[in-house]
Amino acid sequence: MKIFLKIWRQETREAKGEMKNYVLDDVTEDMSFLSMLDLLNEKLIAAGERVVEFDHDCREGICGQCGVMINGQAHGPLPHVTTCQLHMRSFNNGDTIYVEPFRAKSFPVIRDLKIDRSSFDRMIQAGGYISASTGQAPEANSIPISHKTAEAAFDSAACIGCGACVATCKNSSAALFVSAKITHLVLLPQGKIEADERVRKMIAQMNEEGFGHCSNTEACEVECPQQISVLNIARMNWEFNKGGFL
Amino acid sequence: MKSTQIQKILMALTGFFLCIFLVIHLLGNLQLLLPAEKAKTSFNWYSHFLSGNILIKIIEILLFVSVAAHIVYALILTLNAKKANGQKYVYDRRGTASKWYSRNMGMLGSLILLFLIIHLKDFWYQYKFTDLPIDEQGYKDLYSIVIEAYRQWWYVLIYLAGIVALGFHLLHGFFSAARTLGVYNPKYVKGFRIFGWLYTGIITAGFMIIPVYIHLTII
Repeated sequence: MKIFLKIWRQETREAKGEMKNYVLDDVTEDMSFLSMLDLLNEKLIAAGERVVEFDHDCREGICGQCGVMINGQAHGPLPHVTTCQLHMRSFNNGDTIYVEPFRAKSFPVIRDLKIDRSSFDRMIQAGGYISASTGQAPEANSIPISHKTAEAAFDSAACIGCGACVATCKNSSAALFVSAKITHLVLLPQGKIEADERVRKMIAQMNEEGFGHCSNTEACEVECPQQISVLNIARMNWEFNKGGFL
Repeated sequence: MKSTQIQKILMALTGFFLCIFLVIHLLGNLQLLLPAEKAKTSFNWYSHFLSGNILIKIIEILLFVSVAAHIVYALILTLNAKKANGQKYVYDRRGTASKWYSRNMGMLGSLILLFLIIHLKDFWYQYKFTDLPIDEQGYKDLYSIVIEAYRQWWYVLIYLAGIVALGFHLLHGFFSAARTLGVYNPKYVKGFRIFGWLYTGIITAGFMIIPVYIHLTII
């Protein structure tokens, strides 16, 4: 199939980027979206041009590295998949596809479609952990946890940190990402101990990084590859409020 | 107060307070649906009672402060979000992932503010700061002012438009405030959602019926 591409090209963080047009004639519908970009890059290399840089790692939909805006939607038109799990059969012969990096002030473009998501790391460093002595793993049954609680905690822990929530949010809020980690840890006995401190520190860091506020449009949950529930945000708000404001 | 989390909570609390006010306001206004003579006596007495009550004066001040705070924090949060957005998308279809009114609370709020200015100027200001005719009981005749206003069809239309904007604002606002205050248990979340829909339906229907009913019955 023939695909017309409009891709964001930007040399450096400071440079002014722009959309550039490319045409691919020999795309097959079995290709993943990233394979299609690989094909484009092979052509660019053959022509002696600089390749389109984009983030990717596992290409299995579990690492959270890939993620671009495809035709104005995070990870493209399919619901709840990462960019690498999107295939060209979701498009038609002759389609024009816009490819842009996830945009937010806190996600500066490094080059082309590659963005700097270290703001996510710093929010986790601010409190998204439990303080535990290292050493031998403790006996698993010494801390009983109900199956339901373990499952709920795991649902929140399933966040892969791709940043689609921020990219989709009209306010560029990181509430879904931060709240998933807060909820994951507060549900478990080991995480409860530092719960109050954690929610305060992580929210403070979220402000510090310059993310916007959550206005509960719930767009993040719709685009999230891991279907992280917006109720995580409600839980984060509750944990924050009960610790002081209310 | 620099934390957007705190600013959001203030938006939620002032919003809820204004929600409670709307209920009281609607209940009072329902007197306008009584038979004309009865409505006049009852409504003018009620207006007089409210304007002379110290408790109501305090609530009035609280209302103005709430509206002002709701606007100020909305502006602060919106400006902050604009900054957080950075560069715009060339092709943006993010709107497909959420409801239009949830994304346009600022626009709806601005419409409500415009409506509020008209509303306060025509009734509240008139009552407080001008010499109105006196009715048989010796009270200011606000009832006749209201009836005169609703005689104009275009004025009724402005009201309906204002209340529709209010309705969509409440539809998102009520549930959003509950979430900001931390309602996370799925059972309660559902309860608040349904209550929010009912609340919005009753408030908007109630406020829309009054001008339409008066307009239709007066001529």
